[in-house]
Amino acid sequence: MRELTYIEATHEALSEEMAKDPTIFVVGEGIGERGGNFNTTKGLYDLYGPRRLRDTPICERGFVGLCTGAAMTGTRPVVDFMFLDFILDGFGELANQISKMQYMSSGRLKMPIVLRGCIGMGGATATHHSGNYYPIFAHLPGSRVVLPTNAYDAKGLFKTALRSDDPVLFLEHKTLLNTKTPVPTEEYTIPFGEAAVVRQGEDLTVVALTLMVHKTLEVSQKLAGEGISVELIDPRTVAPLDIDTILTSVRKTGRLLIVDETFAPCGIGSEIAAQIQEQAFDDLDAPIRRLNGLHTPTPYSAPLEKAAIPQPSQIEQAIRDLMAE
Amino acid sequence: MMSQQFEIGHYDVAEAIDHLSKEQLLSLYRTMLTIRRTEEQLARSYAGGKIPGACHTYVGEEAIASGVCGHLNHDDAIFSTHRGHGHALAKGVSIKELIAELYGKATGCSQGRGGSMHLFSPEIGLMGTSGIVGPCILQAAGAGYSFQLLETDRVGVAFFGDGGVSNGAFHEGLNLAAIWDLPTIFVLEDNQFATEVAFNTVARITDVAKRAEGYGIPGVTVDGNNVLEVHRVAGEAVRRARNGEGPTLLDCKTYRTRPHAEGMRDGGYRTAEDVEAWKARDPIEQLGDRLVTDGVASDDDLDEIEAEITSEVKAGVAFAESSPWPDPTTVMDHTFSSGS
Repeated sequence: MRELTYIEATHEALSEEMAKDPTIFVVGEGIGERGGNFNTTKGLYDLYGPRRLRDTPICERGFVGLCTGAAMTGTRPVVDFMFLDFILDGFGELANQISKMQYMSSGRLKMPIVLRGCIGMGGATATHHSGNYYPIFAHLPGSRVVLPTNAYDAKGLFKTALRSDDPVLFLEHKTLLNTKTPVPTEEYTIPFGEAAVVRQGEDLTVVALTLMVHKTLEVSQKLAGEGISVELIDPRTVAPLDIDTILTSVRKTGRLLIVDETFAPCGIGSEIAAQIQEQAFDDLDAPIRRLNGLHTPTPYSAPLEKAAIPQPSQIEQAIRDLMAE
Repeated sequence: MMSQQFEIGHYDVAEAIDHLSKEQLLSLYRTMLTIRRTEEQLARSYAGGKIPGACHTYVGEEAIASGVCGHLNHDDAIFSTHRGHGHALAKGVSIKELIAELYGKATGCSQGRGGSMHLFSPEIGLMGTSGIVGPCILQAAGAGYSFQLLETDRVGVAFFGDGGVSNGAFHEGLNLAAIWDLPTIFVLEDNQFATEVAFNTVARITDVAKRAEGYGIPGVTVDGNNVLEVHRVAGEAVRRARNGEGPTLLDCKTYRTRPHAEGMRDGGYRTAEDVEAWKARDPIEQLGDRLVTDGVASDDDLDEIEAEITSEVKAGVAFAESSPWPDPTTVMDHTFSSGS
């Protein structure tokens, strides 16, 4: 099968859906003729024209609010933030308008809007170009929060996002953008709320988010040589969260570690831990553990950055510690 | 340059009366009076403990919603504020659905999910009133974006107060609509106070129409208590939008004669004399007097409209009183498109 990069996969999904649905349009800074800072829309301007590939001024609140009104009136906007940190200038539009619009209108309005952008620490991007934010978004009723971790998932999930009548936050870890996986040429979609069991195992369950899926997979393969069998789960979407797949795994292994690059307090790991102990307390053989990035803004300098993000050695240690409990 | 293309110049009521049919004139009168009588009832209902939440009335400002919406079709989209009863009624929400919504009943226009500040009736182009100042400006520009992309001649309209024009959404929305020639009409209802903060203490230049030049769009100052003037100027703004000529800013000068919200103390920021002076410029009485003086309508015509509206308001209260409460098991419905 052919291989595509993560960016090529979402690009293909976007182009295919724009060809089928003339109500889809994209706004963002430099996403028009230039094709996007990360090539998210490269060449689409020539195919679909300036009204559907619209370069904006730098006014995130303005174009998020504008796209809210567009989604209320029959079109399907895609907001390409480049770096998702910029959405915070439009956070009121997201939290008070986009997420609540269907409810406020008692279901008579739909909110088909996709808000996409890069997240994640690494590469000396420092604190205004590295935020993750998905725990904040997942806290809001009314939005879907999607965290694809490979090209195959990215295409299938992006197609679902583009066809959804709910608002979708589509968060792309910048370290993954040029990674490749096989992507079939045939049409497929991946529904929200279905976790992927990335690696089957017997001894311990690890739920990892975004880039940490890859880091944990490397560690798991190494530990398999020592007879430690890790089951690795990638939730793929955190709203909705597929708790059932995690529950099934924990009932088998009796141990759960959650590895997440972003902050621990009030995070996705906290939520998973709470739900698992509520539903599977008697199946646990050890306390649920979390490994998170430090609760601090992202530093710039390499040694500081490395200290702030969970490293493979720490993931390995966390697994060993949990196995010893 | 562009503002010169927009000729409002002198204004002649007689000319406007000649221009409009009796039916159109009485329709404007009826819309304004519908808003007034409904809100007077809402104020009584609030005082009587029937409305559990906020109730911001539009009393004194009725000419603006009536004059603008007089040009709109059901598939044109309006976006409103916390002071939105008038916009809802002018766009065609029924009296009974509005009253029922404020009572919190399942039959309300938002099925009890909204109250006064979240009125929705998208089937007729009421795309929501809002408890947050500013977003309506951006959303109306977004409706303009949709209508342009879909190649229709529909328009988006934002209503907002002077409190909205110091907000970033005003700048961003007008700029976006201007650069893309969006079919959007921005209707400022300058009632001179943002809640109880006087506009002239928070803006160096209160003639907001002047700001339009900075965006390269027409900006027009209008007597917001004169429905015929509002109607005429809005007509040109709507015509321009439908014709692909881009957005317009209307700066309607008006005044609310009741407190910011029902139940609030209305002192310490304006004088009783000012309120009385503006009551003397009542938009409904002005039009009614003029129609009778000019022989367009008789006192009997106006009395008949009054009686019909009074009866409809009474029926609306009875409808709200007798309507069921929302079913508590539906509380999560519509959080997502597929239900809860």
